[in-house]
Amino acid sequence: MIQLIAFYLFATIVIASAAMVIFARNPVHSVMWLILAFFNAAGLMLLAGAEFIAMLLVIVYVGAVAVLFLFVVMMLDIDFAELRAGFVRYLPLGALVAIILAAELVFAVGAWSAGGVDLAARAAPVVTDKSNIQQIGELLYTKYIFLFEAAGIVLLVAMIGAIVLTHRQRGGVRTQNISAQNRRRPEDATRLVDPGVGQGMEL
Amino acid sequence: MTETFISWGMDPNWAWGVATICGILLIALPLMLAVAMIIYADRKIWAAIALRRGPNVVGPFGLLQSFADGLKVFLQETIIPTSANRGLFLIAPIITFTVALLAWAVIPFNSGAVLADINVGLLYILAISSLGVYGVILSGWASNSKYPFFSAMRASAQMISYEVSIGFILIGIVLYADSFNMNEIVKAQIGHGFGLVNAFGFNLLLFPLAVMFLISSLAETARAPFDLTEAESELVAGYQTEYSSMSFALFWLGEYANVLLMCTLNAVLFWGGWLPPLNIDLIPWFDIPGVIWLFAKILFFFFVFSWVKATVPRYRYDQLMRLGWKVFLPISLIWIFLISGWLMLTRYAA
Repeated sequence: MIQLIAFYLFATIVIASAAMVIFARNPVHSVMWLILAFFNAAGLMLLAGAEFIAMLLVIVYVGAVAVLFLFVVMMLDIDFAELRAGFVRYLPLGALVAIILAAELVFAVGAWSAGGVDLAARAAPVVTDKSNIQQIGELLYTKYIFLFEAAGIVLLVAMIGAIVLTHRQRGGVRTQNISAQNRRRPEDATRLVDPGVGQGMEL
Repeated sequence: MTETFISWGMDPNWAWGVATICGILLIALPLMLAVAMIIYADRKIWAAIALRRGPNVVGPFGLLQSFADGLKVFLQETIIPTSANRGLFLIAPIITFTVALLAWAVIPFNSGAVLADINVGLLYILAISSLGVYGVILSGWASNSKYPFFSAMRASAQMISYEVSIGFILIGIVLYADSFNMNEIVKAQIGHGFGLVNAFGFNLLLFPLAVMFLISSLAETARAPFDLTEAESELVAGYQTEYSSMSFALFWLGEYANVLLMCTLNAVLFWGGWLPPLNIDLIPWFDIPGVIWLFAKILFFFFVFSWVKATVPRYRYDQLMRLGWKVFLPISLIWIFLISGWLMLTRYAA
């Protein structure tokens, strides 16, 4: 009973907030709705018995990806009139994408109701005494080890690519040398002098 | 607690619901009281180190100072700046406060005394603490003012940076405890060092992680010396500059609830949680309730937090980032290799 209520609650909020991502006028509000959608999707995962995936969804998407999103959107200076100016121009392309997506949805539902693949049985959680993390770990590190390593290499290449793209040597820039700062002692920087009256001193 | 309600003749579903609500109240209400007292303690310790008296007027020894402050704030008017984004401006402190309370659900107070004994407890804490940054960013942006915005930028960069190293440090703990469940982690620490001490912190391999975690938790809660987000000399009061009345109080309470949470995590993950420090039963160590041990450890770490606040000068921003990315991140990564290598040689050698 409580699972059913929770499911419909999460599902409704996911759909409503996903719609609000598009309809919200302020881009920052859009990102906030997106975060709400991620969060409730994590709730749905939790109900499906995939608590590990749910937590990862929150940590990775809500905690890291959406923060960066929010960062970028906040920095942008957005002119709302300009944003809506191209509406008619982009309408045909947008309508085309929408029609393709709708057709795919109808197609998928049709195939599912024809009973070709037993999707429902696959989606049901497999009940074992082992915890979620253990099961995923055992699969990843045995059966799918090659794919797992390949994904790791792809990420590594992407990381190196990002560093190469943004890293540049600039001349004439003063940078902090932390070890030099830490090595510096009072006797290197100060001098104790006792000048006589009217003599002054040389710095 | 559910069994008790069932034995009183309640329907099991209702009993579960009532027991959960009672559990939430049993954690949240004492927590709020503890936050009020801990603010007082913070000010007293800070004052003592600066050779001042600290709050000493309201109530005996100034004990009621926090309540007086709370009442004052409650009676003030909530001012919303005209150019602020109203909705987000009001939601931001609520997010900070709620998130600060949420994480307490998985903290074990004694053997089995956990509100939600889930087997991804540590991941839950990571997930919830990564939400905390939203309160800060949103308040900074929604205020539509320069200083809060700068502060929000600093805070979010700082929190994301230190979350990375905290994540790696926690992996070390998980490897040693062989579980993500908080209670299991505490139990794995029984007799950890030669059967004598009940703490991961006394393990030579894990001690560096304990130190890094303590420093990272200072940075994560934006306490001194990492309080760049509310550096008074540069940013007025940081992201809370435009806030007044209860919305300000929510930030204030949330911040201290977070500090308490980080102290608790230090105690639970590295220093044995509700276990007595020594595993020797000479004096009746184990007859003392675990809650008292846990509270003693939390208070000790809170004292360390206040002590650091009173004595260490504020870091520069580039130093903060360097410490997070160039010192803690590589060390914690190397430590994961070391720990897993050590465990492969000893525990899983086959």
